[in-house]
Amino acid sequence: MDSAILSLLGAFLLSIMGLFVFIWSMRKGLLVENPQAASVIFAPGEIGRVDDPALPAPAQAGLQAAAAEPGDAAHAPGPQALAQRIAADRSSAFPVFMFIAFACLWLLLGSVAGLTASLKLHMPDWLTGEAWQTFGRVRTVHLTAVLYGWITNAALGVIVWLLPRLLRTPLAGAMWVMLGGALLNIGIASAIGAIGAGWNDGMEYLEMPWQIGLFVVAGMVCIVGPALYTLARRQVESLYVSVWYHVAALLWITLLFLVAKLPGVHFGVQQATMNWWYGHNVLGLWFTPVSVGAIYYFLPKVIGRPVRSYNLSILGFWTLAFFYGQVGGHHLVGGPVPGWLVTLSIVQSMMMIIPVAAFSINMAGTLRGRMHLARQSPTLRFMMFGGLMYMLSSLQGSFEALRAVNQVTHFTHFTVAHAHLGAYGFVTMVLFGAIYFMLPRVLGWEWPYPRLIALQFWLAATGIGIYFTGLTIGGWLQGTYMLDATRPFMDSVAVTLPWLQWRSAGGALMLASHLVFVGHVLAMALRFGPQRTGAALFSQPAVEFAHGK
Amino acid sequence: MENEVKLAAGAMVTLGLATAALVVLPYIQVRDVQAPEGLKPYSSAALRGRAVYIANGCVYCHTQQPRDRGFAPDFERGWGRASVPGDYVYDRPHLLGSMRTGPDLLNIGVRQPSKDWHLGHLYQPRAYVPGSIMPAYPYLFEAKAAAEPGDEALKLPPGYGPPGQVVVARPEALDLVAYLQALNRSYPVLPPAPR
Repeated sequence: MDSAILSLLGAFLLSIMGLFVFIWSMRKGLLVENPQAASVIFAPGEIGRVDDPALPAPAQAGLQAAAAEPGDAAHAPGPQALAQRIAADRSSAFPVFMFIAFACLWLLLGSVAGLTASLKLHMPDWLTGEAWQTFGRVRTVHLTAVLYGWITNAALGVIVWLLPRLLRTPLAGAMWVMLGGALLNIGIASAIGAIGAGWNDGMEYLEMPWQIGLFVVAGMVCIVGPALYTLARRQVESLYVSVWYHVAALLWITLLFLVAKLPGVHFGVQQATMNWWYGHNVLGLWFTPVSVGAIYYFLPKVIGRPVRSYNLSILGFWTLAFFYGQVGGHHLVGGPVPGWLVTLSIVQSMMMIIPVAAFSINMAGTLRGRMHLARQSPTLRFMMFGGLMYMLSSLQGSFEALRAVNQVTHFTHFTVAHAHLGAYGFVTMVLFGAIYFMLPRVLGWEWPYPRLIALQFWLAATGIGIYFTGLTIGGWLQGTYMLDATRPFMDSVAVTLPWLQWRSAGGALMLASHLVFVGHVLAMALRFGPQRTGAALFSQPAVEFAHGK
Repeated sequence: MENEVKLAAGAMVTLGLATAALVVLPYIQVRDVQAPEGLKPYSSAALRGRAVYIANGCVYCHTQQPRDRGFAPDFERGWGRASVPGDYVYDRPHLLGSMRTGPDLLNIGVRQPSKDWHLGHLYQPRAYVPGSIMPAYPYLFEAKAAAEPGDEALKLPPGYGPPGQVVVARPEALDLVAYLQALNRSYPVLPPAPR
């Protein structure tokens, strides 16, 4: 046995052992079901009470009626817990609105750039006069704007809003968080400018020049500090699973970005493995835990029922933490990198089925017999769609890592379709849902035009559906044509053209949905719509139910 | 505090494991890799051209990693033998790529040594490869009434240049072509010693 196999075995054994250590350390909660830990998101007496601020008051009552189950004891939620929640919401309102506002800005810019790049792939002589308009730059502006601008800002908004709620304590150092947000967005804006001007570090997902990356690191440190301080000051007894996901994700992304951006350390094929260690961990250890953590909060909260199994959610967390970090090498299958590394990543990619199964079983159990509520609750609709897409995209990713599948799909648009299923179908849809839930509480104002929420959902869902289907078929054909030595390479280009056009059609629907979304947020921030009771919304449902309405 | 410590420590341990496997071990394994005898460092023109390649995002459509013959027909397509870590010792940053919207370029300098072809192809790919979806790069060139001394005028196929003018390559285009011509990993590499 050579050293490579030994190190592979070592890493594998170590991760399995580590997993067992943590499972063992959780034994108190793991062997016996722990309904109390799952109910920590509810105030006393609140279980059985639906909560979807995206709905106007009459519709909330309708949702409540539909969600009623035998055995519900309807009594007023504990006033102390509600007071804590209101204080927590107020403490985070400013930073959260700041993150969402930036997220909306980057979402628009990013999707315009994305659609432009998509059109350029089948209209190669369109907009070629200026350097910044070329495909390679517009595509990278799209990636930077949506990944760092939209998803990261929106994810931080969700984390900063949820942590004080879940810890039942006001956000500590809100000013620092806002400073961090400002630094981060200075970094993003500069990075987009730099990429447009042709200044980038040349690695996928790590294009932003490291000098600009310093702003991002400084911003993240300013945000992580207050988050940890808030965690240390918690008033709640047990940490809800979303806190595990979100705090770990904050630590992970900060360190990932720091190590990946160290100038002058990485080179050659080692740089390639580092590149994909980072590239996949941005998805696996940042976007995924933030979105899964969000679903674990919003989905049970909307339907007023705790998650089916708290232990399963914790098992999901630790298996995700152990396996996801090591899957990046599957981006280099067949490449000039050590074989053991690729094998390790393929094994861990398959192991990712465990956390996905834990999540899916848990959500299916929680929603059993309650799926019909999605017809009424917009937040639930987004969360269910996102959760389902998480399962599909993650399973697809596991199988895509297998050598036989990867042989066809590697280097093709199939991978691009897969990436969008995860980053859009899953992460972005969850973030939309979370924003629809949070913003009425943040701004103290209802959504002015509730019908637009349904319109946006269907535009986005149809858009990603067309995008994914078209590009998956086109990518698979492209891969099989490329593997067929009797066909000239140009055949693999020609076969994708109709599917690239379908992708642009899907992308146009997605852009339309973003225009609706951002317009709606703007209308809300400017206090459009019918006269509402503003800030009273914080406690209004509690008052209503206290009066037996 | 027990849970907080578990959370922070656990998150760091898992990330540490991943970093060890995907960053540190490969670093240890390839840091002593020597450049193969046939591989020369890039010339300064080629390095400038490499920067143009990076600035314009060529890497998003072109890989630089021909695969093994048992895995894909890359060799049959004339893209070269499977690459080895030694082929990349002068590559900072690496440009392995992840898409083949266009062909692999690790040996484009062998396949397509002509400067005229490259310049014309960058100006208008469809003049040379019908059905190509590669962007045209007119901004790397200049249209003039007449070429001046020292200008590199393009010899475009009829109908593809601006009528009555000559197209002249800017320095970025010449550097980029110098880099593409330098992409040559056709020298032999020894298979790893049997154990």
